[in-house]
Amino acid sequence: MFGWEYPPHNSGGLGVACQGLARALVAQNVELVFVLPKKLGVFSEPFRFRFADVAGFKIAEVNSLLVPYITSEKYKVLINGVLPEGQYGATLFDEVRRYAFLAKYIAESETFDIIHAHDWLSFGAGIVARKISGKPLVAHVHATEIDRTAGKPNEFIYREEKFGVITADRIIAVSNFTKNVLVDSYGIKPDKISVIHNGISTSDNMDSYRVDNNGILKLKRLGYKIVIFVGRITIMKGPDYFLYAAKKVLDFEKKVLFVMVGSGDMEGAMMNKAAELGISNKVLFPGFLRGKELASVYQTADLFVMPSVAEPFGLTSLESLLYGTPVLISKTSGASEVLRNSLKTDFWDVDDMADKILSVIKHKSLHNELVVNGRRDAYSCSWTSAAQKCLAVYNQLI
Amino acid sequence: MPSICFYFQVHQPLRIKKYRYFDIGKKGPYFDDNSDSNLNNQKILQKVAQKSYLPANRLLFELIKEYPKFKVSFSLSGLAIEQFEKYSPETLESFQKLVDTKRVELLSETYYHSLSFIYSKDEFKSQIDLHAEKLKNVFGIKRPAVFRNTELIYNNDLAKYIEGLGYKGILAEGADHVLGWRSPNFVYRPVNTKKIKLLLKNYKLSDDIAFRFSERSWCEYPLTAEKFAAWVNAINGNGQIVNLFMDYETFGEHQWEDTGIFNFLRALPREILKHPDNDFTTPFEAIKKYEAVGEIDVPYYISWADVERDLSAWIGNSMQADALSKLYEIKDKVYKSKNNEIKKDWQRLTTSDHFYYMCVKWFQDGDVHAYFNPYDSPYDAFRYYMNVLADLELRLKENG
Repeated sequence: MFGWEYPPHNSGGLGVACQGLARALVAQNVELVFVLPKKLGVFSEPFRFRFADVAGFKIAEVNSLLVPYITSEKYKVLINGVLPEGQYGATLFDEVRRYAFLAKYIAESETFDIIHAHDWLSFGAGIVARKISGKPLVAHVHATEIDRTAGKPNEFIYREEKFGVITADRIIAVSNFTKNVLVDSYGIKPDKISVIHNGISTSDNMDSYRVDNNGILKLKRLGYKIVIFVGRITIMKGPDYFLYAAKKVLDFEKKVLFVMVGSGDMEGAMMNKAAELGISNKVLFPGFLRGKELASVYQTADLFVMPSVAEPFGLTSLESLLYGTPVLISKTSGASEVLRNSLKTDFWDVDDMADKILSVIKHKSLHNELVVNGRRDAYSCSWTSAAQKCLAVYNQLI
Repeated sequence: MPSICFYFQVHQPLRIKKYRYFDIGKKGPYFDDNSDSNLNNQKILQKVAQKSYLPANRLLFELIKEYPKFKVSFSLSGLAIEQFEKYSPETLESFQKLVDTKRVELLSETYYHSLSFIYSKDEFKSQIDLHAEKLKNVFGIKRPAVFRNTELIYNNDLAKYIEGLGYKGILAEGADHVLGWRSPNFVYRPVNTKKIKLLLKNYKLSDDIAFRFSERSWCEYPLTAEKFAAWVNAINGNGQIVNLFMDYETFGEHQWEDTGIFNFLRALPREILKHPDNDFTTPFEAIKKYEAVGEIDVPYYISWADVERDLSAWIGNSMQADALSKLYEIKDKVYKSKNNEIKKDWQRLTTSDHFYYMCVKWFQDGDVHAYFNPYDSPYDAFRYYMNVLADLELRLKENG
């Protein structure tokens, strides 16, 4: 299995999803080796890791943790601040090519039946492994360049992605939404694609993160309702729509606080936007959170909003439900395919979003029904069932 | 010699349009959606009239003419009659024509097809009186002798109350947990009552027509009039009446014309009457003809809804409970305001359908029940209802 990031060295959902799937596959008695482009850290999992850079080559490390989500231009900007020794690969694209190159050695030194590569960053590596070994390749699409850039793809990335899904023997898409993008924008035949929705890990003890001391909770006690956005602050997640909806809500109800948890290329722009709209005293930007801090925000919130323009899946919405907070999600999201008991909206329909936010904060019974029933939907998305479907795909190929 | 007793429910609610939070304070209107959606009351009524009411009425009229023994009964809610007057007078005329044949009995119910018995006896009584008055004005008949509550919601208290109002008969669901070993094919007496009689729906045979008729996977598919008549004959010697209670929309709307449902109905009188012991009857006739064979005890509410046959379709979750309690909380204020517009709007909000749309339990089952819900989700149904209620409260406040 070729991946690119892995928790806790992750900056988004890709690593989380890979972890969930890998663990569940091992629980189904699959022997798995997880390959990463570099040694990010020490992991304790029921399977082996291989690091492409630890293959007897002396190659300088580069901090490329934001990599799955940023464009090559931005990467160059980041790199210039670092200046590592013996620099090899000045841009993200070189990293990807290097990964593919090194994958050859990994493939030669392992025995396996299936190659499973996650997202475009790993497709190159997967293709090389396939060539070397003659074994079938499964391309797992968690997001596409079309989604990430709201329709203005970077040529190199798009080509890599396209080549990957065309060459792969089978494709797994995390939602019907993503499958349709692959069919419409990449010219893939529908029956080459299996939809396997992401799952949620319920092994983390949700209740152990008790909300004790947190500023937001204090505001809540003063009668404020808390509406949250959790995700990278970037175009595909619709953060600007969140703020427009917030403004409309605040026109009708003053005692509401909007919390945007996350970081990203549009962070600064959103802070400006909040000021522009005259609501910056009601919008908080705590930055990227994880673990206990993130859990406490989920728990304190009254409503979670995911106004994504294009969301291949949207694991955060399931997380929110597990923490007892109902969700309002965009219809153009993979999660809306599995969360029946959630409020749904068109990301661009700010009025509708505001209308729904107001209803949830006004009516406790609505809030409670959405939590009880939504949680049930979330629990039914298990990695076990995803792993089983994955195995079915593997079995078709062996 | 079983007599078939047909009872058809005719009801159309006034569906609330997408009344948003920002619309609170605009003072309505609430029920005038004029889009292409399933919230457009006019559009829906006219569509159902074309597909179901008009052709079915035409067929019944023919059958009544052809078979002197054929007769049926209806209950038309006040809201249905109102909407016929407004959007489809020809449909109303066809019902009037049927009633004039004197072989079509009408029953009593609450004008607004509401759950008011459970929440306010005063409101319940006034809605029944309103309904009786409407029947008099439109059909020229005196108050019916037989009553049926919204969605056949029933319990012992209801029976006693209805007897107190002077009714001679009442309908209910022949639910298994109430009947036990007994058969619905007899006339019964509710416990603690002296004179009123109870007719219980034979749900197996009723649902064979209303639900299973076009189910290809059903082992009895296809259901012909001949086959059905044979089942009725099998009851011979073991039942007085066969109560076939169903939604009138079964004919043409729930079961489309191409399923053959009209042909089935057309052939039925002939097949039934082939056996000389069989005939047709109506609720009041049945009650006059037969003695009660025993007592039926229904301490907890039953209804004809879902597998559970209880109130969970309308009062099962906390949103429904919230909406209902807020609604009845303002009843006194509404009446005190002496404002007829506000009162009418409030009463329109008592219709059971509004709460039915907020039901979550079927929402899991996907498409099957999506048919019955004109909103995207039960959560949306709840939101719009509560916004309308909030607007009504504002009007009350301003009214002084």
